[in-house]
Amino acid sequence: MFQVFLSGCLFILLVSILAALYRLVKGPSMADRVMALDNIGVNLLAGIAILSIFLRTYAFFDIILLIGILSFVGTIAFARFLERGVVIERKRVR
Amino acid sequence: MNGNGYVEWIVGTFVLIGVMFSFLSAVGLIRFPDVYTRAHAVSKSANLGVLCILLGTFLYFLLTEGYFSIRLLLGVFFVFLTSPVVAHMLNRAAYRSGVAMAEESVRDDLKEYLKREESL
Repeated sequence: MFQVFLSGCLFILLVSILAALYRLVKGPSMADRVMALDNIGVNLLAGIAILSIFLRTYAFFDIILLIGILSFVGTIAFARFLERGVVIERKRVR
Repeated sequence: MNGNGYVEWIVGTFVLIGVMFSFLSAVGLIRFPDVYTRAHAVSKSANLGVLCILLGTFLYFLLTEGYFSIRLLLGVFFVFLTSPVVAHMLNRAAYRSGVAMAEESVRDDLKEYLKREESL
């Protein structure tokens, strides 16, 4: 019973990931696409948490933390690239 | 239903709230008109949903197996800390790179502020 409920929750998460994929394909600006990617990362993290309840294991908790950190770093890098054109700025010599 | 059925009710409530928030943020991601409103929908409700799901997972392993997972608590803390930063950086990048607001929006205070700052 509980397993069926968790499967339904995973399905709803899948639907929301598909909605973010729609925004990722269609989004008119670049910031839309980056935001959709960040949302996919966050939903994936939630899906892994539900899957670890489903399988009754705690081997995936490192992966949850890792996906959170990687999604944050990637999104910040994209935002800097959109704003300034470079990700890592060099020290300018004038 | 076995001896710890109440654990399943508690965890199921948390997970259901989290999944509903994720789904509602996906609906907002599709239906809202411009970047800023979509970021408003995504950055709050999706991350609140993830926090509820991670809290439900933490409670499940704490109540059924007595496993206190500090990694899940760190994940909750990290997501809670980084999601507003991500939304702020993305909105700022979108505004500075000239993404237009929706037609329904009535005032733009930041534009006047930036113009005044440039004229100084």
